[in-house]
Amino acid sequence: MAEVLVLIDHVEGAPKKVSYELLTLAKTLGEPSAVVLGAGAAAAADKVKAYGAEKVYVGDSADFDDYLVATKAAALAKLVTEKSPTAVLLASNAEGKEIAARVAVKTDGGLLTDAVGVSSDLVAEQPIFGGAVVVKSKVQTGTPIITVRPNSTPAAESTGAGAVENISVDLTDADKASAIKEKVVEAKGGRPDLGEAAIVVSGGRGVGSSENFSIIEALADSLGGAVGASRAATDAGWYPHQNQVGQTGRTVSPQLYIAAGISGAIQHRAGMQTSKTIVAINKDPEAPIFELADFGLVGDLNTVVPALTEEVTKRKG
Amino acid sequence: MNIVVLVKQVPDTWAERKLSDSDKTLDRASVDVVMNEIDEYAVEEALRIKEAQGGEVTILTMGPERAVETIRKALSMGADKAVHLVDDALKGSDAVQTSAALAKVLEGLEYDLVIAGSEATDSRMAVMGALLSERLGQPQLTGARKVTAEGGSVTIERQTDDGYAVVTASTPAIISVVEKINEPRYPSFKGIMAAKSKPLESKTLADTGLDAGAVGLAAAPSQVVEFANKPPRQAGQIVKDEGDGGAKVAEFLASQKFI
Repeated sequence: MAEVLVLIDHVEGAPKKVSYELLTLAKTLGEPSAVVLGAGAAAAADKVKAYGAEKVYVGDSADFDDYLVATKAAALAKLVTEKSPTAVLLASNAEGKEIAARVAVKTDGGLLTDAVGVSSDLVAEQPIFGGAVVVKSKVQTGTPIITVRPNSTPAAESTGAGAVENISVDLTDADKASAIKEKVVEAKGGRPDLGEAAIVVSGGRGVGSSENFSIIEALADSLGGAVGASRAATDAGWYPHQNQVGQTGRTVSPQLYIAAGISGAIQHRAGMQTSKTIVAINKDPEAPIFELADFGLVGDLNTVVPALTEEVTKRKG
Repeated sequence: MNIVVLVKQVPDTWAERKLSDSDKTLDRASVDVVMNEIDEYAVEEALRIKEAQGGEVTILTMGPERAVETIRKALSMGADKAVHLVDDALKGSDAVQTSAALAKVLEGLEYDLVIAGSEATDSRMAVMGALLSERLGQPQLTGARKVTAEGGSVTIERQTDDGYAVVTASTPAIISVVEKINEPRYPSFKGIMAAKSKPLESKTLADTGLDAGAVGLAAAPSQVVEFANKPPRQAGQIVKDEGDGGAKVAEFLASQKFI
């Protein structure tokens, strides 16, 4: 069986959950080979082996962390040329999509983004128009470069050979043209990443203020979830823009999405419509969010959300 | 500083968006169309840089005839001139092919910065900045929530999942912006009148030097095989809070094994 390259998205050697999901998916398409680039790459090798990686290509040069996107794309494209993989899988987040795009140009491959599934004949399933239409797409020429959304496939442990091969790539000045001077973390620690979280609790206009987002955060924390916000809330400056869920923000697809004080305009729905279970809390019984909610509660979030947090905490013991 | 702003005409998000049954490409004809919203922020950012430092702002759009409406809007906001790449042979081009065509047009323009919106509301791929950077060999500064251009150097705050990264490059550079960056202006009446007489140059595929066999649906490296309209989500149970709302939601979550 031919190799399927999986670019591992990791933080200093700790792979994100989506990377394990991609390895699990890769196993259905061929032999999974993990590609780990940047600081801590070697440390990730054992971890990806436990999710089926037969080979692990390790590139631990600082160039992958010090420059934006292009250096990683250069290394991945070189592997595509050398190994002729069946396909390349990447996480469908901002960086994953950009690396994929550059690799597609470099290798004359075909690019598919935002897949939620890939069949054994390499047909990708993609929800479009905010989930209203599902398309099946295929790469017609060259290597398929496919980015897959987090939470599309459950990750399954399965021990692979995990044979490590160190790689290096000659980088050009153009590859190193965009220098990362500083990385600033603004999010509060301890919560899962919004894009990957199994549970997301989002607040909207109904939350009313920046301070009041603490009740949304408390509910998210009781459930071990991430915090999202509608555009109304981020435009008002109540919550950071990077937490915005919707057409001009992040697209999430968690097991459980709780929308509190969010009316459910199309703008917002485009970012959360593919969530497995949706719960809405809103005092307006006519709010469109109730049209897609599996469970809707018509009530004031200011009383319902804290009561729910208390109940969750109690039940979880 | 001379700036080219990439502007895309897209179906209005509020309209029902469809793929056409015949060739499975986006149906651009039967829907209301608008300027891709984030592109308004790109135009605004270019205008602010121009107002502070001088130079010229050029709009570049690839799209069918009617995309002229969107180009005029960008001109009415204050851009100086526009180039419209329009050719039937381009229909059905995917993002990778589109970047090849846009790169060819950009090679014929003089600029310090290219600014685009971070993604379009129709395809939502968010890759055009990276694709053009790769093709043109010019630095990629994408996902910017702040842009500082000075002399031959440009620095952005790139929005990340947990904050931002400060990224620096020299010009010419390819920038994309997120909506946090500014608040776009509305075209003034004067601007709308002035836009009617601003230079708008049409270019065909032949002008780009690209072969017709390299673009368009038939040659697209990625193609839609089939599509299906998803049945709308069925609304579930809706209950009214009678003082026990929190407990009711908790019961539902427990029934679904979330707690």
